[in-house]
Amino acid sequence: MSRLQQRFAALKQADRKALVTFVTAGDPASHATVPALRALVEGGADVLEVGIPFSDPEAEGPSIQRSSERGLANGIGLVDVLAMVAEFRQHDGSTPVVLMGYLNSVLAMGPETFADLAAEAGVDGLIMVNLPPEESAEIRDLLEARGIDLVLLVAPTTTSERARMIAGAARGFVYYVSLKGITGAAGLDVSSVEEKVGALKTVSALPVMVGFGIKDPESARAVAQHADGVVVGSALVDTMERSAERPDNIPGLLTDQLRAIRAALDD
Amino acid sequence: MSNTDDSNANNSGGGFNLYEQPVDGHFGDHGGRFVAETLMHALDELESLYEELRADPEFQAELKADLQHYVGRPSPLYHAERLSDVLSGPQIYLKREDLNHTGAHKVNNTVGQALLAKRMGKRRIIAETGAGQHGVASATVAARLGLECRVYMGAEDVQRQSLNVYRMKLLGAEVVAVNSGTRTLKDALNEAMRDWVTNVDDTHYIIGTVAGPHPYPMLVRDFQAVIGQEARSQCLQMLGRLPDALVACVGGGSNAIGLFHPFIDDKEVRLVGVEAGGLGLSTGQHAAPLNAGSVGVLHGNRTYLMQDDDGQVLGTHSVSAGLDYPGVGPEHSFLKDIGRAEYATVTDDEAMEAFRLLNRTEGILPALESSHALAWVKNSADSFSADQVVLVNLSGRGDKDILSVAQMDGIEL
Repeated sequence: MSRLQQRFAALKQADRKALVTFVTAGDPASHATVPALRALVEGGADVLEVGIPFSDPEAEGPSIQRSSERGLANGIGLVDVLAMVAEFRQHDGSTPVVLMGYLNSVLAMGPETFADLAAEAGVDGLIMVNLPPEESAEIRDLLEARGIDLVLLVAPTTTSERARMIAGAARGFVYYVSLKGITGAAGLDVSSVEEKVGALKTVSALPVMVGFGIKDPESARAVAQHADGVVVGSALVDTMERSAERPDNIPGLLTDQLRAIRAALDD
Repeated sequence: MSNTDDSNANNSGGGFNLYEQPVDGHFGDHGGRFVAETLMHALDELESLYEELRADPEFQAELKADLQHYVGRPSPLYHAERLSDVLSGPQIYLKREDLNHTGAHKVNNTVGQALLAKRMGKRRIIAETGAGQHGVASATVAARLGLECRVYMGAEDVQRQSLNVYRMKLLGAEVVAVNSGTRTLKDALNEAMRDWVTNVDDTHYIIGTVAGPHPYPMLVRDFQAVIGQEARSQCLQMLGRLPDALVACVGGGSNAIGLFHPFIDDKEVRLVGVEAGGLGLSTGQHAAPLNAGSVGVLHGNRTYLMQDDDGQVLGTHSVSAGLDYPGVGPEHSFLKDIGRAEYATVTDDEAMEAFRLLNRTEGILPALESSHALAWVKNSADSFSADQVVLVNLSGRGDKDILSVAQMDGIEL
């Protein structure tokens, strides 16, 4: 059983919702990421998404765009991201780590080399924002052969036939994008999420995580009622940006912020 | 236009045995549809509507009427005799896209896409722009159809193309300066994609070049192919034969593919695309992905890109804002791979010399983009004989560049 499967099975058994977090590698400083990941686990994160900085993050809102620019300014490339995961793995063998980013990063390294190095570093999953299922078979197979899950996304505009196809092609979990828009946007509509995720769950054997626009305990609790878990990203990245000048404070702030969300989910 | 001696010239849809359509949106290894899931449905819709309309005589008639009465087509094919004499090389013919309404070839595409937007019932149009020509052409058709229009433009380009920015505002468009990334065309495209993903229900995104996710490279090509269709039959009418070479500048590559495409099966016709060599390829300060890039994925398609070892897209440099783009349309990447088209570069300085040469020999101010194509002809004139014909796409006029040229000359206007 993969780390993602184990984690979701344990959550199901405990009747708890999954709390998934996102931070960008190398933001705000190259040495800030691993302590941030540990702090998020301490605050109650079940799955850690780590963003690969990219020059053209076309689906991201301003918060994550800026975090990507800071990561790049700190010289963080995909090789460095993998090194951070390996470092995190030295002290945490159980929390799943999922890399998230844009296809060109993986293509530049070479999909097969990436799959080898990611497996070696202890990566559990990959989310490529701009890789639709139609183009994904080669990478999915390379990853799957090494025990890494290619997570696919479903959006509010996805038709029901497509949702069925995506649910069949996805591995690990299905990421439901809660709104038409960019990461961190406003305009979360919980009743629409309820309807779409409900339909998605009838065709997906995998857990459904909902992300985009979930920023606090209230929105997390509201969305989690209809899903297997929630993803919190921009709100954490904002916290890190505000403390960019005092990176030592970041782990404590992240733990506190996440504990409040965790409590709302477990309530 | 009428022509009796060439049955292929008006054959806009097919008849090219090399390939007819991209297969599943791919041109060989290039193209495809690499976008966020939220946009997949809109692209499917656009594709099926377009497939329907390209075979619809009513739509084609509407498009043809707009091109004739609003854009002013056909654009002339002009024998530049003095330029030919001065260069003592081939006979040079200019396809005068600079004479179109709004001053460039860009309007061929925006007129077509505006009709698509209307059929889809979209009330709002967005566009990205570099030099501002596509932004102006989008604002123009939006005004004509009473659609809301927002144009994204890199903050850097907003400064160097202030004239076009004001033009767009006069036409009723909202111009948004993009401050992320390198603050140029590629970042404007990113921001337009973000807008589209947010407003996909009521908004049509008019991509201005033959790049982006399928079906854009195909449909923009089809709308621009009117350039090559006209040029081909004009050439046959005026000269009784096809030209020896076609030359066009390549940024994203829409004017070039529009000229090349109807000639693809005419294997005896050389197809030459000219990329922006900037300060020279060896300096890294250029915008020439076909000459100095490698294959990657950006803005929805796989194509040659300027990128570093980590896959980060590099900033570009060109004297011409319209060529300042790190990628290129996937069909050009395909034509390069199969060897059907050749891609050269000229530097900023060479383009500026060609700009001035055309000013003085023919009384025409070309756009700095188009000046790159002219510069290649100037550099290569010796390799042609006087009975050979080189057809250059004069894709736009240089009015928008007057302020920056004056600045280079140290003159404040």
